[in-house]
Amino acid sequence: MRSSFDILVVGAGPAGIAAAVIAAEAGRHVGLVDDNPAPGGQIWRSAAHLPPAAHVWQTRLDASSVVRLQGWRIFDCPEPNLVRAERTGAASSANDHAEIGCGSLILATGARERFLPFPGWTLPNVMGAGGLDAMVRGGLPIAGKRVVVAGTGPLLLAVAAHLAERQAIIVAICEQAPLTRLARFAAHILTEPAKLWQGVQFRQAIPGFPYRTGCWPVAAYGGDRLQSVTLRQGAKQWSVDSEYLACGFHLVPNTELPELLGCRIEDGFVATDDLMQTSVPNVYCAGEPTGIGGVELSLLEGQTAALAASGQVENARSLATQRRRRLGFVRALDQACALDPQLRQLPAEDTIVCRCEDIRHSGLSEHGSWRNAKLHTRCGMGPCQGRICGAAAEFLYGWRVSSVRPPLFPVSVSSLVSANSSPLNSKETP
Amino acid sequence: MSDQARSISLTVNDQSVAVAPGTTVAAAVLLAGHVTRTSVSGEPRAPLCGMGICFECRVTIDGVPHQRSCQILCAPGIHVTTDEVSQRSGGLRTP
Repeated sequence: MRSSFDILVVGAGPAGIAAAVIAAEAGRHVGLVDDNPAPGGQIWRSAAHLPPAAHVWQTRLDASSVVRLQGWRIFDCPEPNLVRAERTGAASSANDHAEIGCGSLILATGARERFLPFPGWTLPNVMGAGGLDAMVRGGLPIAGKRVVVAGTGPLLLAVAAHLAERQAIIVAICEQAPLTRLARFAAHILTEPAKLWQGVQFRQAIPGFPYRTGCWPVAAYGGDRLQSVTLRQGAKQWSVDSEYLACGFHLVPNTELPELLGCRIEDGFVATDDLMQTSVPNVYCAGEPTGIGGVELSLLEGQTAALAASGQVENARSLATQRRRRLGFVRALDQACALDPQLRQLPAEDTIVCRCEDIRHSGLSEHGSWRNAKLHTRCGMGPCQGRICGAAAEFLYGWRVSSVRPPLFPVSVSSLVSANSSPLNSKETP
Repeated sequence: MSDQARSISLTVNDQSVAVAPGTTVAAAVLLAGHVTRTSVSGEPRAPLCGMGICFECRVTIDGVPHQRSCQILCAPGIHVTTDEVSQRSGGLRTP
C-alpha cells in the first residue's frame, strides 16, 4: 500500500507551512513532509519568543486537515508524481520507508549555511551561526559561555541577539562585508516597514556588542575543543578566548530535490514563473530555493504556489504582484553578503575542505573541476554528498558543483530495495 | 531550558544523563562531555550545521548506527553510543 495526496509539500518551514495550509483550506488532500522532529523549519524552530506570524501559521496548520509526515526525509523521486521517503528516529529501532504519490509537488526545501574552511574549523564547538543557534534551541546550555559569531549576513545579528538573551557572552560579531556596503543595504531595508522592525529589534539587542565589519576568523585553536579564535580586520590580527565559534557565510539553497526532478536551475536557484511553477509541470517551488529572501517572501511564495496548484490562479496572481515588489530585497541582500575575495586565502595547505573524507586543500586545488576532484580524491563523496564542501569548492576553486543522483541521502538498504511498501497511517501526530 | 525539569534519562556511552524534554540527542552528547564522531583521519568531530545536513552529528542510537542526532529528540531510556566507544570495541570505523 502507498499513500497518495492531491498536493505534497516538501519542507515545513514558513513557505511549506503556508503552502500546505492554503492548499488544505482549498479542500485539497495535502501531505506535508519534513525531516525535523517538529514543523517550523530552521527559522521557526520550536522555542519561546517566536514571532506572531509563526503562531498564526502554526495555529492554522493545527486546525487544518494537512497530514503531517514529520521526521520523514525524501531520498528519491523516480517520477514527478511519486517520492520515496525514509523515517528515522530514536523511537523506532528499524527505519520506516514509504512511497508517496501526489498530483502536484510544492518544494519548500529551504536553505543551509555556507561554510568556508579555515585552519581549525573542524574542531568541536566550531559550528555554523544558525548551527549553534539550532543546538542551543535543542537544549545545549550557552549561559556564561564565550561565543564569537562570524561570517556574513543578517543571520549573525539574529543569532547573537538570541544567544545574548540566553546569557551567552558575545565576544565579537565579525561581519566579513565592509561597512560601506552594509550601509547601502541598511538604506534599502528602511524602505520595507517589516524589515525596519527587525532592524530596530536587533539594534536594541546589539548595543555594547563588539560588532566589526570587514572582519573574519582566520584560525581556530584548541585541543579536543575550541579554546581561541584568531580574528583579522584589515591589517590587524588578534586572538580571543572563546568556547564556541558560530560561523556561517550566509545561505545556500537546498536544490537537490528540485534538481533530481529536472527543474531548471538559474544562477544556483530554482527558476519559477510568477506563480512559482518550475520548468517541470505540476512541480512548484517556494521559499529560499528560489532566492534568499527571508520569512515574509517565503510566506508569500508558499501561498502563491498553493493557490496556483489548487486552481485559484487569479488569487495567485494578486499575491505574485506583492512578491515582485519584494524581489529587490533579494538582490540587495545578495549584494550585501557577497564574499570578499580575500576569503579564498583562508584555508592553509593542510586545512581539511571535505569533512566527510578528510580531504585537504592541498589535495584539491590542483584539480580542474569538481568531477575530477571527486574521482581522484573522494571529495564530496561522503555521507553529506558534498552539501558542505560543495559550496566551499565553488567559492575557493570556481568549480561548478552539480551531481545530484538518488539516493539524495544515505539510506538503509531495506529502504532502497523496498517497493510499494508504506507503513504510513492516515494521519500522523508530530 | 534551565527552568524545565530534566525529566528524560538516557545514557551516552553508558554514562547516565538527564535532559529536559525537547533536547536533541546531539545536545545530550555534548552535555555529557562527549563528541559525536571520529573522522576518517582520527579527528574528534561535533555537530556543525545543527540541521541534518553535515552528518558530523551521527551516532548510534539503541544499536542503530549513523543516526543524525541533531534531528532526533531524546526519549526516555535510549542508549546513545559515539565513535569513541564504537572504535574501542572494534566498531564502525578504522581511522
